[in-house]
Amino acid sequence: MSETIWNVLHTVKDPEIDSISIVDLGMVNRIGEGDDILTIELLPTFMGCPALDIIKSNVVTACKEQLGKESVDVKFVYDPPWTSSRLTEKGRESLKEFGIAPPPRDFKGEEDWQIHCPYCDSPYTSMENLFGPTACRSILYCKQCKNPFEAMKPISTMV
Amino acid sequence: MIIKSPEEMPNDQYKKAVLDLLYQLADDDFILAYRGSEWLGLAPHIEEDVAYSSINQDTMGHATMYYQLLEELGEGSADSLAHARTPSERRNAILLEEVNGPGDYLTEPRYDWAFAVVRHYFYSVAKKVRIDSLKNSSYEPLAQLAIKINTELYYHLLHWKTWFLQLVNAGGEAPVRMKEAMDRVLDEFQGVLSLGPSGKEMEAMGLIEGEENLKKRWELALKPVFQASNLSFPPKIDMKKGDGRKGEHTADLNQALSTLSEVYNTDPAATW
Repeated sequence: MSETIWNVLHTVKDPEIDSISIVDLGMVNRIGEGDDILTIELLPTFMGCPALDIIKSNVVTACKEQLGKESVDVKFVYDPPWTSSRLTEKGRESLKEFGIAPPPRDFKGEEDWQIHCPYCDSPYTSMENLFGPTACRSILYCKQCKNPFEAMKPISTMV
Repeated sequence: MIIKSPEEMPNDQYKKAVLDLLYQLADDDFILAYRGSEWLGLAPHIEEDVAYSSINQDTMGHATMYYQLLEELGEGSADSLAHARTPSERRNAILLEEVNGPGDYLTEPRYDWAFAVVRHYFYSVAKKVRIDSLKNSSYEPLAQLAIKINTELYYHLLHWKTWFLQLVNAGGEAPVRMKEAMDRVLDEFQGVLSLGPSGKEMEAMGLIEGEENLKKRWELALKPVFQASNLSFPPKIDMKKGDGRKGEHTADLNQALSTLSEVYNTDPAATW
């Protein structure tokens, strides 16, 4: 049964980046199957993110509609904290499809990091703004293919 | 001693100290995020508008999380805690409620960017010191939250430190205006570092380090930046307008609350 639940959760996408599922974002912490109730623990990515409430209600709807569950409890927990190293390999590719460069692996708080262009994979890019249109993104420019693009901010507990 | 949940709290004194601390943390982030959001569309350039509004959104998110911890402790809903409390029930530092400058964000705002940079930078450093201490808090839900907030605070600090260093070391009127802003911010900064009347209890119960330790670490964190910019160290701080931790506030807070809760007050029972 649990595997089916994971499949259903794979259909729930980030409302602001619809190429990536919440599973590939690394947001799902735990699934608890009780007799009458399905409990799903999610890890919030950025705390002020307005998409969190939408994701929560999308998870409830998906589980009710696709699994026929009557009672679904979705809650956000902070332990373990979500970090960008929780993204799956598939998730990193899905971000690129959307035009967002994935964050560097194992970020430990260096002020500079190398980000490759999601379109042409060139490392010849410049950071235009650490902050972007949503809490999780930065704005960059590729000097190779001359495209502006966004990158997901690395988030680490090592900073 | 580690307290894992509201149910595990050993006694009323412990609970009171947790509540007092949470109100300070929540109200500080809440009111400063509000003042920051008044800058939207008015920042020096468009990239700054993007960055500053993102920081305010993060900070408002942090306030929401603290209000939710209060909600779990039976203090009422996070929405009502944010919108419905009177000024005398608020525990934010007075510095953080102060207006951005003369005028109103809708008409003729004459906001002071130097004041914004100094207030945010000094506050972010103080917040970092508190958050690092809270990671070891005896109240586990708060410790977990601190670890999470720290991951975002990293970017805020980087941002405000960059602005601070550039303006304080720039030519023209910038260093003069930064100096004026620093005098103004430091005159009230004791209010930010204050843990209020129950600070001793908070320390004794392992919720957060004592006020003196936090102040020393705040100074230490500023030291390299001050020295690199030829600013006199340590900065002399005061609390001239009153102690927000005791519910003492200025007319600026009344103005902020009536504006920010205007929609909420049209129908407090509405579901959004």
